[in-house]
Amino acid sequence: MRLLRRRRRDLLVCREFVELVTDYLEGTLPDGDGARFEAHLSECDGCSGYLEDMRRLVASLHRVPAPPPDPATRDALVRAFEDLRGPA
Amino acid sequence: MAGYDGTLRRVALTFVRTPAAADEVVQETWLNVVRGLDGFEGRSSLRTWIFKILANVARTRAVRDARSVPFSTLEGEDRPAVEPSAFAADGRWSSAPTRLDADPETGLLSSELRARLRDAVEELPPVQRAVITLRDLVGVPPDEVCDLLGISDGNQRVLLHRARARVRAALVPLVEVSG
Repeated sequence: MRLLRRRRRDLLVCREFVELVTDYLEGTLPDGDGARFEAHLSECDGCSGYLEDMRRLVASLHRVPAPPPDPATRDALVRAFEDLRGPA
Repeated sequence: MAGYDGTLRRVALTFVRTPAAADEVVQETWLNVVRGLDGFEGRSSLRTWIFKILANVARTRAVRDARSVPFSTLEGEDRPAVEPSAFAADGRWSSAPTRLDADPETGLLSSELRARLRDAVEELPPVQRAVITLRDLVGVPPDEVCDLLGISDGNQRVLLHRARARVRAALVPLVEVSG
């Protein structure tokens, strides 16, 4: 009986799983939730695919190249350095 | 500097609306950095210090122009990560979720999808865009993001969660069309 209650409390459904993905990846899930998360992960192909895609998404965002520097900014900076150095 | 500049523009664009305004903010930031370099005490990383200067410059400008990006941390609460219709009444997937195309060699998303990431981030509401830009595009650690944007740790995580989920949702139709 006790086991049954515990099992019900531990069950995580997919709709809840997707809302915990960021906390999981951030390492901020409380211990109990982490165990429930991983238990669900091990038995649900849909959710493990979703998690894998989110990992790939984050890794891909890290690789998006930054926009090119603005030439006007570089010129302003060069002038600022020259001003700083003062008249020769 | 060239390495920082594009990054600073990217961060500036999370505070002001137009590329021209962002360029001005970045220029002013560099000037303040150059003038203030003597005052840099090395207690934070140089990058953190520069980002703080940028955030101050950008906020000042936004107030002056009365054109600041409206910063509502309520953005984090707008909608679930995945549309409710994807789930059956019992909370399980009604059918397996769409998988994003991956590049088997790199383990990243396919190049077609990666090409859309910048636009997908651009289309996010302002605070979500700011958080995902700093965290995932620039790689700023969470505590620094909280500091720069003046938001709580919990808020930062919720905003990041919503932002990533919306970027994924923006990519899904591309897969479904081509697949």
